[in-house]
Amino acid sequence: MEANKIIPDPAQVREELIQKYPAKVAKKRSKSIVINDPETIPEVQANVRTVPGIITQRGCCYAGCKGVVLGPTRDIVNIVHGPIGCSFYAWLTRRNQTKPETLMDANYIPYCFSTDMQEENIVFGGEKKLKIAIQEAYDLFHPKSIAIFSTCPVGLIGDDVHAAAREMKEKFGDCNVFGFSCEGYRGVSQSAGHHIANNGVFKHMVGRDNTPSEGKFKLNLLGEYNIGGDAFEIERIFEKVGITLVASFSGNSTVGAIENSHTADLNVILCHRSINYMGDMMETKYGIPWMKINFVGAESTAKSLRKIGEYFGDEELKARIEAVIAEEAPKVKAVINEIMPRTKGKTAMLFVGGSRAHHYQDLFTELGMTTVAAGYEFAHRDDYEGRDVLPGIKVDADSKNIEELKIVADPELYNPRKTESELEALKEKGLEINGYEGMMKQMTKKSLVVDDLSHYESEKLIEIYKPDIFCAGIKEKYVVQKMGIPLKQLHSYDYGGPYTGFEGAINFYKDIDRMVNNPVWKLIKAPWETAGNGKGAGLAASYVTQ
Amino acid sequence: MLLRHTSKEVKVREGLTINPAKTCQPIGAMYAALGIHGCLPHSHGSQGCCSYHRSTLTRHYKEPVMAATSSFTEGASVFGGQANLLAAIDTIFAVYEPDIIAVHSTCLSETIGDDLQQMTKKAKDDGKIPEGKYVIYASTPSFIGSHVTGYANMVTGMATQFAESTGVKKSQFNIIAGWMEPSDMREIKRLAKVMGINIVLFPDTSDVLDAPQTGKHVFYPKGGTTVDELKSSGDSIASLALGSVSAEPAAIALEKKCKVPFETLDIPIGLSATDRFIMAISKVARVSVPEEVTTDRGRLVDVMCDMEQYLHGKRVALFGDPDQLLPLTEFLLDLNMKPVHIVSGTPGQRFEKQMRQLLDERSPATNFKSGLQADMFLLHQWMKNEPVDLLIGNTYGKYMARDEDIPFIRFGFPILDRIGHSYFPNIGYGGSLRLLEKILNAIMDRQDRDALEEKFELVM
Repeated sequence: MEANKIIPDPAQVREELIQKYPAKVAKKRSKSIVINDPETIPEVQANVRTVPGIITQRGCCYAGCKGVVLGPTRDIVNIVHGPIGCSFYAWLTRRNQTKPETLMDANYIPYCFSTDMQEENIVFGGEKKLKIAIQEAYDLFHPKSIAIFSTCPVGLIGDDVHAAAREMKEKFGDCNVFGFSCEGYRGVSQSAGHHIANNGVFKHMVGRDNTPSEGKFKLNLLGEYNIGGDAFEIERIFEKVGITLVASFSGNSTVGAIENSHTADLNVILCHRSINYMGDMMETKYGIPWMKINFVGAESTAKSLRKIGEYFGDEELKARIEAVIAEEAPKVKAVINEIMPRTKGKTAMLFVGGSRAHHYQDLFTELGMTTVAAGYEFAHRDDYEGRDVLPGIKVDADSKNIEELKIVADPELYNPRKTESELEALKEKGLEINGYEGMMKQMTKKSLVVDDLSHYESEKLIEIYKPDIFCAGIKEKYVVQKMGIPLKQLHSYDYGGPYTGFEGAINFYKDIDRMVNNPVWKLIKAPWETAGNGKGAGLAASYVTQ
Repeated sequence: MLLRHTSKEVKVREGLTINPAKTCQPIGAMYAALGIHGCLPHSHGSQGCCSYHRSTLTRHYKEPVMAATSSFTEGASVFGGQANLLAAIDTIFAVYEPDIIAVHSTCLSETIGDDLQQMTKKAKDDGKIPEGKYVIYASTPSFIGSHVTGYANMVTGMATQFAESTGVKKSQFNIIAGWMEPSDMREIKRLAKVMGINIVLFPDTSDVLDAPQTGKHVFYPKGGTTVDELKSSGDSIASLALGSVSAEPAAIALEKKCKVPFETLDIPIGLSATDRFIMAISKVARVSVPEEVTTDRGRLVDVMCDMEQYLHGKRVALFGDPDQLLPLTEFLLDLNMKPVHIVSGTPGQRFEKQMRQLLDERSPATNFKSGLQADMFLLHQWMKNEPVDLLIGNTYGKYMARDEDIPFIRFGFPILDRIGHSYFPNIGYGGSLRLLEKILNAIMDRQDRDALEEKFELVM
């Protein structure tokens, strides 16, 4: 086992990170690089434009809307209105697993649909082609829903995808058609697309089916996209403890489940960044409280299950939760005990997503590893500093064009699941309802927090800290590995997973152990590079002595 | 079933593309630009384009793919992207220190009418381009052509913006690489050396996208065509353009600008296309073909003779890009196989004509479609109607192959789930032998898998 590493002085690191930048860039970047103090959480500049020319991890609004939120629902035909690329790149690349119940059930996830806009559509408008495409999709597949996603040129040439959707929906009668104005240039990252997707799903899907859902403890799982089968593991645990999952937003989900989701009694939020809007809107319209939970990490899973038990306040449920935790814990413990001696004291860096950089710290903590620096790709200040800062975040030009739906209580369906006094009582028990305390509170003092980390900064950080593992995405994967440091992809999980729940924790421990202790990292140098190339004394005549 | 909604009945579509056999221009431009030494590709559009292209190329090569973006926001989309591009140029030269920035446009910047020629000129006039450094550009609207078109446009940009004619011819030839892998480009250089000619190969992604693990990330790896080489291409005796879609436009541009005559050839995939490539070098450079090359050829033909019984009449479906499909189809015909269905999303009359001609002569019953709605959905429907023994195409083909239980060979772009394409060539006699080995393995593994116990063969 390696000795604990000496952590460099973060103030100095911060200076080094921005030293090479032109003055204006340095000034801007310095506000996004913060030395953490969990007691008095400092302000992090987040959700602002990336400086042009900076090599960023970020993607676009369309990616957040179609790729992240809508993509995982299997029975929607998602037509991308635009040139071919946008649909092509989002085709099966996010690993949203899905499991239709029978061979007859719809599953469009392996398909890629596009209007493949051509020059004449840009010049003369693409609405006509879009409507033809919707009609053809309807004739071929007769899906329950068709969603339309606008790409950059669509907004610029003024195609009205919403009008086209309304017209076709009316025409079909038995197919819900709706559009998203999620042009790539909106907002400053994928984040704008999450918000637009939340709005669209809320407006066009949630609440269409009022059939009371069955089950005693009914909840929706928000912000879980079933990458690598994460949702399957959570579903397994829910079933074991007797919790009914009404709908998942949106891993392994169906249109029907989402349309019926307002009949649940609790929303639990995994990825706060991408789906918090949905939690708030369902609270206001239907009276369903939401709670931030985390199923990444064995301890976090147990804690989250207990929170859910506490929320429903049912002794029998609580007992079952304890029984399941007791049943699952030994296998987790056995693996940790075996692996911990090889991982303890090692360091990690996480620069990913809008929630993952927070959640995965729990798994590293369980492995005895320290997160020395972390940051998000597309988060907002509340994901770092907690939702308490929300009222103080000023809306800039890039955010103000993202629609904020005005939601009011539904005159018929609003039904507060908990009374004010019940909510108060839950808060006293330590349950944070409709709240999230953010990532920084959990990170150690003097750890480094960097929003929208650039390529340059990542190389510098690695040079200075020499972490044992770096967590990011595919674009960073081989850059970091060329530096001799293993990179764990936390978008695609390097095609592994699941990493949620108890089984997922075990998978993660094993994967990290394998990665940080792989002998290959010691094989990078050729023997002659270290032994003095060509300076040997000739072959030793070993046979003489043998 | 993964593709459970794909029915046998083929209906004509006019609006909807399903499972495309192409992607958009900018990724091709980004790939081509990586074949210039010391170059940072730059995507002039919103961040998503750059992110998607880098991700796709990274998955295909399992290598760092560095590129920057103009990070358009709504403001830039309304008021034009000039300020973003100028800011980007400043940032890039200060922080990432490339020798060259190769800017390509996107559907966004093209739709709003951003003029890259004017903007890069302004960058130069404003002194934003340091001495001895370059900013080149290519217009690559995503709503025209395909990724192959984008590649061709960036390669053309290299020719028009770097090539100079000094009036003194150099004893060298240009080989303009159509879209091929680093392994293929390395093989072209080896073949030229064996043939004894000096070449300028551009672009050249070998030693860029197949870089060794050294414990250091080299931002600009040692490979790539150098600026000096690109400049000197104007003084070359002649150009050989490998691929009429992806390489010929650059050869035409070079002829126009520097009067370098050219000949367009197929990418040397398979026996006949490699024969033509070797003959063309021999003819244009007036060199005799060395024994070594003839022996290589002999080895390929030897295997074709020895294993012909396993190839004869085997039905193949293939999809991909024009410059690969054409010589690949010809190779399959040389192997006595039957290309039954061929699809390419890349449009183009020239390709259409060339492929039709080849098929009319040697395989008139083949289903072939290119351009709009020539997609994998159609190919799959064709396969359901007229089944095949083998499917050849990029990784997306594995869904069809699994559903239909058909042997599958990964070939083309992108290959997201296997390695090898960047290391081992598919061109030249040796590369064709590798391709043939793959074909034989796929077919013979299937025979082994499906054989009744009493019919299971030891020797094949």
